[in-house]
Amino acid sequence: MKLNNLIGAAAAAVALSAGASAAATLDDVKAKGFLSCGVATGVAGFEFTDANGEWAGFDVAVCRAVAAAVFGDPKAVKFTPTTAKTRFTALASGEIDMLSRVTTWTFSRDVDLKFEFAGVNYYDGQGFLVPSALGVTSAKELDGATVCIQTGTTTELNLADYFRVNGMSYEPVPVETNAEAQQKYLAGACDVYTTDSSALAASRSTFETPKDHIILPEIISKEPLGPVVRHGDSEWGDVVRWSLNVLMIAEELGVTKDNVAEMAKGTDNPEINRMLGSEGEYGAMLGLPADFAVHVISAEGNYGEIFAKYLGTDTAVGLERGLNALWTQGGLQYSPPFR
Amino acid sequence: MSDLHSNTVAFVAGSQIPPSPPPAKDRGAVKWLRENMFSSVANGILTVIAALVIITAVPAILQWAFIDAVWSAGSLSECREIAAANGVEGAFACWAVINERFNQFLFGFYPNELLWRPVLAFVLMFVAMAPVLFRSLPKPMLWFSAAYPFLAYFLIWGGLGLEPVESSKIGGFLLALIIGVTGIVASLPFGVLLALGRKSDLFFIKTICVVFIEFIRGVPLITLLFVASSVLNYFFPPGTALDLILRVVIMATLFSSAYMAEVIRGGLAALPQGQYEAADSLGLDYWKSMRLIILPQALKISIPGIVNTFIGLFKDTTLVSVIGLLDPVGMITPIRADSNWNGLVWEFYVFVALFFFAFCFCMSRYSMYLEKKLKTDNH
Repeated sequence: MKLNNLIGAAAAAVALSAGASAAATLDDVKAKGFLSCGVATGVAGFEFTDANGEWAGFDVAVCRAVAAAVFGDPKAVKFTPTTAKTRFTALASGEIDMLSRVTTWTFSRDVDLKFEFAGVNYYDGQGFLVPSALGVTSAKELDGATVCIQTGTTTELNLADYFRVNGMSYEPVPVETNAEAQQKYLAGACDVYTTDSSALAASRSTFETPKDHIILPEIISKEPLGPVVRHGDSEWGDVVRWSLNVLMIAEELGVTKDNVAEMAKGTDNPEINRMLGSEGEYGAMLGLPADFAVHVISAEGNYGEIFAKYLGTDTAVGLERGLNALWTQGGLQYSPPFR
Repeated sequence: MSDLHSNTVAFVAGSQIPPSPPPAKDRGAVKWLRENMFSSVANGILTVIAALVIITAVPAILQWAFIDAVWSAGSLSECREIAAANGVEGAFACWAVINERFNQFLFGFYPNELLWRPVLAFVLMFVAMAPVLFRSLPKPMLWFSAAYPFLAYFLIWGGLGLEPVESSKIGGFLLALIIGVTGIVASLPFGVLLALGRKSDLFFIKTICVVFIEFIRGVPLITLLFVASSVLNYFFPPGTALDLILRVVIMATLFSSAYMAEVIRGGLAALPQGQYEAADSLGLDYWKSMRLIILPQALKISIPGIVNTFIGLFKDTTLVSVIGLLDPVGMITPIRADSNWNGLVWEFYVFVALFFFAFCFCMSRYSMYLEKKLKTDNH
């Protein structure tokens, strides 16, 4: 994904020296009455605006879940569209309370830029899209290909690494945006388009004949995407982390948007009871109401429901769960227990 | 006719011969073509090439934009179905997306039931501009013009009884106009002051103006926008920072003021020294001589440059999409990300381009009108 370490590092340095990173974000959020959530300006399936001008999408759902946890109202969010270049400064300066914007969890962002990733809501990886007419079935056969690649992103570096390791050469065709890449690729300006495989699937679904294009089986990088908060305010980080975890635990335990109200009255399963607030004082430990998880799940459903709504095989994006299935179903999504 | 000639001349015309038409090659379409299209071999070749380009491109564009276009549908795939049902092959414009998202392009996410407010502000803008642009209108209307910025702010953002609308809801052409018009209106007076300051004899004022102009002109607008969006936040406690739109408007105004100052300084420099001396010899003080003698002439000379700066600023407002503000160009990304419309490109940009063209063309026409009206020399 896009990386702009220099700007981010400078921003973080200024933030530290100015002491702008405020503690007690939760209190600030409660005081102003809404959550400021940074999203991308538009990534298919992850963040977009619908016909009514409302933000929606897989990342947006995380913002809404956190707002529901704090206020009981998934609409109490002010969305700030951020670009790859402005996202980290917006967060570091306190303009937004959290960032939920297809941002890859990397060492330097976590450590050097002084941010904290509150979990992973989507495990992505870089893939290759080729026309089936090219007759290629593996990325290892791409020697000498022209490749459409977004400039200034980690995908560019991953690509260079991959071709070097495999002793192949390629000719890059630099593009600025996904839209430009689609145009260039369809016009035949490049043989291959490479970016995160979720974006490739979304792009392919918009083509007139999606069947004429294949995504190669090789995934050449790890791109764990997740919500980000500032260093130094663990209480707020916990609120975001456990709002996300609740979504996954809910799927694991079969709590859905439809049955959450019923289950909140008490069930035979103690973990559900603890989570939904009918047993114990877990909400209060976070500084939230006892039934915060009920609101989180009622907002847009559990993790599986959100996935199916925005990214799943029934949507135009059409992604399989794959790595994002629960650990019980062979995926990587694994939340610590609610105890 | 007298008898005098009756014996000396064999024939006298009884009436005037009707004028015959000029030779075929010197009249009508042929003459026009010869003069304008085929005046030389080189021009003839260029004409043929241009004609070929037009003949191939224009029907294809018309076919794409009108004949094969789909005007209403719920998604791109629906567009494709409709087009296929109509027997369309190849590319076609799916204007349905503009149709569905028209309000988002115009106003951003401004609440639907309050749309009358920006519309009213837009209409009143013309009322406020009229007395400034056309001198024939009654003078008292200028009071309304002076009050207009406050009225527009009140209408768009609300307050004082009107339901407040937060800045994050404002986008589309509304945002482009807010930034563009404010920048244009505010940069002219600032530019005049800076230009006068730069020519001033007072060392302190002159230095400030020179440093300001050279600094702002030496920095790309996009850098200033990044400063507005990111760096300024660090100087305010979180949550108390100025609104992002306001910060951007200030930066855009500063930017165009610096350019404006140089354009006007060019006008001041073009005036003969005698004009300055004449003003002094009349015993006018500095401000009077500037207001009555120097500036009217200098500004008149500068009109093309001033309008050029205006148009440039207005188009530069699209740069705010880089810092995540959803101006018409920025608005394209979230709409494209909707899986209903992902895959469309040209329709958005054509629509946005037409809008900007309409505004910039009007500005340039007005400047030509003004130049003609203020023309006092005898050339």
